[in-house]
Amino acid sequence: MKLHEAEARELLRRAGLPVPDGEVATTPAAARATAERLFAGGATQVVIKAQVLVGGRGKAGGVKLARNAEEAEKIAAQILALTIKDLPVRRVLVAPAAEILREIYLSALIDRSSRGILLMASAAGGMEIEEVAAKDPTAIIREIAHPHAGLLPFQARRLGLRIGARGDLLKQFVAIATGLVRVARESDADLVEVNPLAVVPAPELPGGERLVCLDAKVTIDDSALDRHPALEAWRDEDSEDPIDREAREMGIAYIRLDGSIGCMVNGAGLAMTTLDLVTRAGGTPANFLDIGGGARADKVAAAMRIILADTGVKAILVNIFGGITRGDEVARGLIEARGQQERTVPMVVRIVGTNAKEAAELLTAGGFATASSLDEAAEKAVALAAGGAA
Amino acid sequence: MSILVGPQTRLVVQGLTGREGGFHAAQMAAYGTKIVAGVTPGRGGERALDESVPMFDTVIDAVRETGANTSCIFVPAAGAGDAIAEAAEAGIKVIFCITEGIPVHDMVGALAIVRAHGAHLIGPNCPGATSPGANGSGTKVGIIPASIHLPGDVGVVSRSGTLTYEAVQSMTDAGIGQSTCLGIGGDPIIGTTFREALELFAADSATRAIVLIGEIGGSAEEEAAAWAAENLKHLPRVAFIAGRAAPEGRRMGHAGAIVSGASGRAVDKIAALEAAGFKVAGSPTELPRLLIEAGYKKS
Repeated sequence: MKLHEAEARELLRRAGLPVPDGEVATTPAAARATAERLFAGGATQVVIKAQVLVGGRGKAGGVKLARNAEEAEKIAAQILALTIKDLPVRRVLVAPAAEILREIYLSALIDRSSRGILLMASAAGGMEIEEVAAKDPTAIIREIAHPHAGLLPFQARRLGLRIGARGDLLKQFVAIATGLVRVARESDADLVEVNPLAVVPAPELPGGERLVCLDAKVTIDDSALDRHPALEAWRDEDSEDPIDREAREMGIAYIRLDGSIGCMVNGAGLAMTTLDLVTRAGGTPANFLDIGGGARADKVAAAMRIILADTGVKAILVNIFGGITRGDEVARGLIEARGQQERTVPMVVRIVGTNAKEAAELLTAGGFATASSLDEAAEKAVALAAGGAA
Repeated sequence: MSILVGPQTRLVVQGLTGREGGFHAAQMAAYGTKIVAGVTPGRGGERALDESVPMFDTVIDAVRETGANTSCIFVPAAGAGDAIAEAAEAGIKVIFCITEGIPVHDMVGALAIVRAHGAHLIGPNCPGATSPGANGSGTKVGIIPASIHLPGDVGVVSRSGTLTYEAVQSMTDAGIGQSTCLGIGGDPIIGTTFREALELFAADSATRAIVLIGEIGGSAEEEAAAWAAENLKHLPRVAFIAGRAAPEGRRMGHAGAIVSGASGRAVDKIAALEAAGFKVAGSPTELPRLLIEAGYKKS
């Protein structure tokens, strides 16, 4: 689950990391009130940032500066009227604009290769890290945190020194880097990214410079949300499609695509393969859908509802390799679903493995078109979607 | 012979008294697996599987009393990381974790403990492994359906469950048997990678060809291909990669299956495997034919 910038900043702030002041506003008037408070506190400019869970919001006009409270209200009204990549902007973050001397990149993430928590730092902050990596891979410094103790101070120092931090700034960097790993571990985040980690003037400090976390991205491991009810409460249900929500709540992995052939499969690898074979047979898949292991009739019926909610679906391919999942349960679910659904589209069903024989009897009695091999099922579904016979 | 599981396997099932654990333990025993113990905290002293298997409160007790050397974990996700660590601390050297949905940070900690004890972890979120044998002489640890197997000499390693069943079934239908079928799991952090599985197969004299079934996401297939190019030249090898049609940036069910930017794409994995001498199938049903084309001869 991705957190919005405002919540990601809140998580870092609670962990004692330096995050600038700022507040979320849902109306232009509220944005103005926050801006007034920030200007009264000494801000020379404020930044107003759309809170949407997609990248590229700056380019879409979702991040703008204001020089006074009146302007902040006007800009907030503009941004709150935007729709960025299909997502309506419902909230903005209003924060003081910082005078940035330099930008650093810093992140902690779960790394498959080292099978641990990887810290990445770069003196070339502000840019997307993929761009930095493509241009100059040596500009990214890496450390693997200790699996039980987190990032140790000497590791954080090694990172900081190699991106040029010295003196008081190095001390600040060590606190922030170890803090990021602490946040990742305590909140079960698989990504905590601060970009930019900005160097701003701080005449009151020995080195005259201070590090602040200007923007933050945090993704929480979905498998761990059960033990973080407070984070689950931050879920942005408005940005979630109702169909996606139904799928998530039923434990069905569903991703809508653009094609015409709805797919219902058990197992993620087999579901991907089914999409591949539909594509190879000249068709276009309408979705990825994995009903999971051991699915019962009611889950099958829910999956059918989810597939049919997509009006682009012209045919359905059901592909089940029974293991834990029993073929006859799936067949019963399909028959039950057909009785309930408002719209009928042609369907081809392939069920093999556990209780396949019982399933075949049920399907034949129910008049379903069936297929024995996966390749054959894909070809039949493509023909059905094109208006042909199975 | 075979890899990881075989006649030497003395299995302890962690979570044997649960619904999944009980069902699959019975299936494993029926296939010929020697189940010597079950562990469920609070159930020590009881007997399970029609009174045939003694239950223990802890893995260390099970190891002391029964000489268990392999574990299969069906413990629910919240406690599964801990169950892995317990098995490793008890001296179990081959640990299979079937459980799905384990928080990834739990796996970071558990895997470090497994490594410190020099044990092998397979999974989590994996279907396990089967070394097929005829008439109750095989060894099956995990949940792969027994019916799809045929004893033979092709090693199969895969990141997914039902897709593996599909591929193995098509081999069996074509009369091509398996030395060991191993599912390594689809999570971002797993105990045994493709490369490590290939190393085990390369050292197994009974394995005379390799089938690798990968999917989009990460770079484990590329790493395996690079190793195979140098070390697996003597074996016919074929592969299938799921997710050619997957769009970028959408996670395809498995926590590990995602194309992000230019990394994790099917086309790159296929190119890397082909460059390493693998014949790559367009459908799992083509694997038997490609094996023969790669020089594999049925024994």
